[in-house]
Amino acid sequence: MTDTPAPQSNSAFAHLVYVLRDNPVTLIAFALFAFFVLSAVIGPYVVPHDPLATNATLALTPPSWTHWFGTDSLGRDVFSRVIVATRLDLTISVAAVALSFVIGGVLGAVAGYWGGWWDIVLNRVFDTIMAFPLFVLAMGIVAALGNTVENIIYATAIINIPFYARLVRAEVNIRREAGFAQAARLAGNSHIRVVAFHIFPNALPPMMVQVSLNLGWAILNAAGLSFIGLGVRPPTPEWGIMVAEGANYIVSGQWWVALFPGLWLMLAVFTFNLMGDGLRDLVDPRRRT
Amino acid sequence: MSQRAVAVGLRVAQTLPVLIGVVLISFLLTRALPGDPAAYFAGVMADAESIEATRVKLGLDKPMPQQFIMYVGDLLQGDLGQSVGTGRPVLTDLAERLPASLELTLSALLLSCLIAVPLGVWAAVRQGSWVDHLCRVLVTAGVSLPTFFTGVLLIYIFYYLLGWAPSPLGRLDFIYIPPPHVTGFYLVDSALAGDAETFFATLRQLVLPAATLALFTLAPIARMTRAAMLTALSSDYIRTARAAGLPPRKVLYGYAFRNALLPVVTTLGMVFSFVLGANVLVEKVFAWPGIGSYAVEALVASDYAAVQGFVLAMAVLFVLLNLIIDLSYALIDPRIGFASK
Repeated sequence: MTDTPAPQSNSAFAHLVYVLRDNPVTLIAFALFAFFVLSAVIGPYVVPHDPLATNATLALTPPSWTHWFGTDSLGRDVFSRVIVATRLDLTISVAAVALSFVIGGVLGAVAGYWGGWWDIVLNRVFDTIMAFPLFVLAMGIVAALGNTVENIIYATAIINIPFYARLVRAEVNIRREAGFAQAARLAGNSHIRVVAFHIFPNALPPMMVQVSLNLGWAILNAAGLSFIGLGVRPPTPEWGIMVAEGANYIVSGQWWVALFPGLWLMLAVFTFNLMGDGLRDLVDPRRRT
Repeated sequence: MSQRAVAVGLRVAQTLPVLIGVVLISFLLTRALPGDPAAYFAGVMADAESIEATRVKLGLDKPMPQQFIMYVGDLLQGDLGQSVGTGRPVLTDLAERLPASLELTLSALLLSCLIAVPLGVWAAVRQGSWVDHLCRVLVTAGVSLPTFFTGVLLIYIFYYLLGWAPSPLGRLDFIYIPPPHVTGFYLVDSALAGDAETFFATLRQLVLPAATLALFTLAPIARMTRAAMLTALSSDYIRTARAAGLPPRKVLYGYAFRNALLPVVTTLGMVFSFVLGANVLVEKVFAWPGIGSYAVEALVASDYAAVQGFVLAMAVLFVLLNLIIDLSYALIDPRIGFASK
């Protein structure tokens, strides 16, 4: 028992090393991802300044040794705010993607395995959601449910559900009558057990790729919503709202207020997109580009 | 020929359930308002009695299915409700501001097609060359760009640093008078009026926001063009055409490109969905007086009727656009049959 899994994990590790060596960009993506996670976890404890402390005498000073990214109109340290904002931005996108992963996964599995009536209704509902320009639908949902951070998460989750549900539906559907599924049923497993533990795991690799690509998109979406004044309220540090605040000063030349949060946002999205491509290489060598 | 008419008819009929679904969702959104919609629509100063009166007036005391029928009835008469912010019917507001948004969106899409399609074709023909690499970098960077940030960056570079662009405030500098209203598109109207000065003033205002949106849409179009061209170039009919001694130009544009157009047009439909969303952000950055900034103002002021009207209008626009794209296949591809659907 002890020595059989060892070679397998070893070869998986070897495969990982092989893919990473083959594609250094993926390695960079994983390193950046680690950096963002670290910023989110310990960022608030290690930043040099209090992200909320205002100081009128220091308003709008350009980047310097004490304030690496300069200060904003209220004299707050932009670097500290950018780093502290990582936690909120990542939380929103991870929570939204997790919600759509779970809901979309369950709905898709139900539609793909049992088919029939459920399948038709769910497909119609997803068609309708996809018929909206998605960012606009998110705006409408937040307007209807109320202007809070939780509702940003729900709105982002809702507009992402169809992607997961479709994917899982397709993956489950083609394996519904597969030999291993029939064998599992014959062995006395209930339908739910067969779907959940025998068929669904096969959909996980493509879903992980989707998750990674989606995370970047969810961050963009959430930052866009807070940019137009939804969800996160000032003075909470968040990338979208910081760019919105900085946009007022860009025409008078104070570029640092908007540039750094915008760059961080871009870098985060870029990281998730690269990671998605890298993960696709890992799980599906055929689609490698 | 009649077979094609049937196919087109079927495709048109397919939009109906989607439209009904869209209306149903926007109905549910208006009914999902936090708190009591009647209390909201009655205003801040309302007492219990006038809230009750508003409830009866808006039909909110009736059962849900009946409310839905009333809602659809209102929609069919073009009634999207009253905007609290402007005090006018939402439909009037939207109709007035739509040309500004369309002018921006369409010029952005045109600009990005003009750049992305040749880039994609070139990258596919010279696969592995520096053009191909440039294309790949652009595509990966392009999908990571937050539109609102690109807009702010472009303003800083071209307005503040270089001074090439006019101040990013609206469609026309205040020293110019808007051209006489014909289509609502300032470029078209000023050209019709023969007013070159206003035309170029409009163009200067338009360049930055259109470039911002175009940068955003460049990536998916270029990627799709490249992929579609690669598929087309590796097909048998291209090999045959080459073997038959047709000039390379004829093979490339007459055969490969025409066949690659189909997936590109499909992508355009998807891109339009993104653009309609990104439009909102770009309009906010450039103080563009379109329906996107109208919706943002309404959102901030909790003007629900205006927001829901906007969402519904966008969705209907998008559904109709996809219909047009599907129908235009019939023009691009003579083999068309909607049999696969």
